Amino acid sequence: MQQRSIVRLGVPLAVAALALSACGSRGGDNGSSGGSSGGGGSTKTVKIGVIAPLSGDLSALGKGIQHSVELAVKEANANNTVPGWKLEVEPVDDEAKADVGKNAATKLAADDQVVGVVGDLNSSVSQQTQPIFAAANITQISPANTNPSLTIGADSASPKRTYKTYFRTCTTDAVQGPFAAQYLLAQGIKQVATINDKKTYGQGLVNAFTTEFKKGGGTITGAFTINPDESNYQTVVSQAAATSPKAVYYGGEYPQAGPLSQQMKAAGLNVPLMGGDGIYDPQYIKLAGAKSDGDLATSVGAPTESTDAGKKFLASYQAAGYAEPAAAYGGYSYDAANAIIAALKTSLSGASDVKSARQATVDAVGKVSFDGVTGKVAFDEYGDTTSKILTVYKVTSGAWAADKTDEFK
Amino acid sequence: MTEFFNQLVIGLSLGALYALIAVGYTVVYGIVQLINFAHGEVFMIGAFGAFGTWTVLSSVTNVTTALWVLPVMIVGAVACSVLVAVLMERFAYRPLRNAPRLAPLITAIGVSVFLQEFVRLNCFSRVCFSENFRDGNPLTFWGAFPDAKSKIPFPQIDGVTGPGPTIGGVTIQKSAIFTVVALAVCAALLWYFVNRTKLGRAMQAVSQDPDTAKLMGINVDRIIVVAFVLGAVLAAVAGVAQGLQNANIDYRIGFLAGLKAFTAAVLGGIGNIQGAVVGGLFLGVVEAMASTYIPGQFGGSAWKDVWAFVLLIIVLVFRPQGLLGARVVDRA
Repeated sequence: MQQRSIVRLGVPLAVAALALSACGSRGGDNGSSGGSSGGGGSTKTVKIGVIAPLSGDLSALGKGIQHSVELAVKEANANNTVPGWKLEVEPVDDEAKADVGKNAATKLAADDQVVGVVGDLNSSVSQQTQPIFAAANITQISPANTNPSLTIGADSASPKRTYKTYFRTCTTDAVQGPFAAQYLLAQGIKQVATINDKKTYGQGLVNAFTTEFKKGGGTITGAFTINPDESNYQTVVSQAAATSPKAVYYGGEYPQAGPLSQQMKAAGLNVPLMGGDGIYDPQYIKLAGAKSDGDLATSVGAPTESTDAGKKFLASYQAAGYAEPAAAYGGYSYDAANAIIAALKTSLSGASDVKSARQATVDAVGKVSFDGVTGKVAFDEYGDTTSKILTVYKVTSGAWAADKTDEFK
Repeated sequence: MTEFFNQLVIGLSLGALYALIAVGYTVVYGIVQLINFAHGEVFMIGAFGAFGTWTVLSSVTNVTTALWVLPVMIVGAVACSVLVAVLMERFAYRPLRNAPRLAPLITAIGVSVFLQEFVRLNCFSRVCFSENFRDGNPLTFWGAFPDAKSKIPFPQIDGVTGPGPTIGGVTIQKSAIFTVVALAVCAALLWYFVNRTKLGRAMQAVSQDPDTAKLMGINVDRIIVVAFVLGAVLAAVAGVAQGLQNANIDYRIGFLAGLKAFTAAVLGGIGNIQGAVVGGLFLGVVEAMASTYIPGQFGGSAWKDVWAFVLLIIVLVFRPQGLLGARVVDRA
């Protein structure tokens, strides 16, 4: 009796599954036959993936990345930049977590139509996704990873490229930390306490800062760490205040940096907090409150709104009507997407399917050179951007304002 | 020495927060022998309730940081927390009253995750906190800001936030004073309620022997609801205090705070209200001191949770009934 009911349930299920998979394969056949008859005016589809935190604390930045890539792809489709091919964006959420990022990257790598990916936002996530994209020969261009080891390997004394598929359009902490140190020293601030969140980005930034700051004659009055899962930093603030610093350098991101600055000022430690691009976000000021005026952040490149190309980008971004702003990495993501598109012009011409063009795309990305929104877009032998321009931003009456833009020597 | 007193003040203000939440664990445990692991979320709902009240208020008046807003926020917080706690008791715990002890414990964890996800997915904030609502246009409720997934800045109220008086180099923040005063007032009222009112005495009776209490004409179900309500009120006050101290809230704050408060309740002797207060204050001070005075690699703020739980283990090994608890004989 029981066996009968299993059969009764099982047969329809099996039939349904067969029918569905048949549908699926037929759909696939149609797609490829449409592609092979490409001469007749029909177009083939190629996808550019976006892997970034689309939910969670850092989603403001992630959404900016996604929309900027969408904008680049929309423009490329409108201008028919890659003839015979229709570009699509495939966004996946990495939640700023390494394990989620791995799954997301595997999903993209399994898609035969994906040729390149823009992302991740976090260095710690990219560490995990790099090998996945490398194994699938998919070009990965990060608009925001600033940890030096991603391109030159763990030992900065003898740089060695780890993954030939990985590139980035932003400069690294090896430049950003020292740039901040030089800025503070130039302001006459010689006593600084450092705080970091014990993550790859935060620790790397503080280490690079500390080395340069000491070299320039400054003193680190104390080095502290916080637990990024918490939001009460009063004990650390009190310890840091006891060393009477003239400024606090923080390695980490704005969900912690904002409350940290707020609690510093509430405890009477009225010195500027300075951080890297991880705190350069409007949300930082919201969390830090009214007393955050004078806080500082370095970010890679010139301010997007200061250049003509940047203004044009922001205007078209606005015109496209996305729900979220371009945020800190919009320009870099747009440039990263355009670098892939530029490479596709050569790699996809004459290619019959996307998968076989992946290697050619990696090679072509290494050779791109054009004037982007954030300056010259070109990559050195490690995959790092050749541009070393940075900007110090200062909170001025409740908003970030560019204070000094310079090329790091 | 200044540094020591600074950390002592910080520890006490942190501990007062733990104590306020810990009382909720202890009161409920004292009556029904249930560890309500969703109590941390009651605290989180309190913080969001206060924020929601403030958002609604600031949309109808322009005075958003005046001191009179604070009592209104507390009332809003209490209302939300009590509602959640009562619903929780009615639908998650009462049906399992006579089930084996493991069942309500697992339900509690389920309720805890449910409440976190409920707030994270914005169900609550979409209706109450949307930007459109704040613009005075309640018809288009479904704009989705602020996103409860990320930290939400908590309003700063004049007079209870910012640097307070400095005594001999020791800065005391106004939010710390608020937390400690709130704990003192709540503890005093609770003591009065438990020891001097009819309902409080009925609670004591139920905690000693529910069956005999029922024979004496006490409505045990009602007493249990009262215990949940008392815990929720204190947790709501703690939610407001936490918002003022940290200046931001998010959907996860209940988890760690709940765990710490549970530790505090166990430290003080679970089921004992004075014990929960002492345990909370003790735990807060230990955390502040450990992150300052333990040198080298194991010191610093990142390690303070480790030391807090090491302390718990030590107390449980050498004094399993807690600091103020009496040795409990298992009821037959």
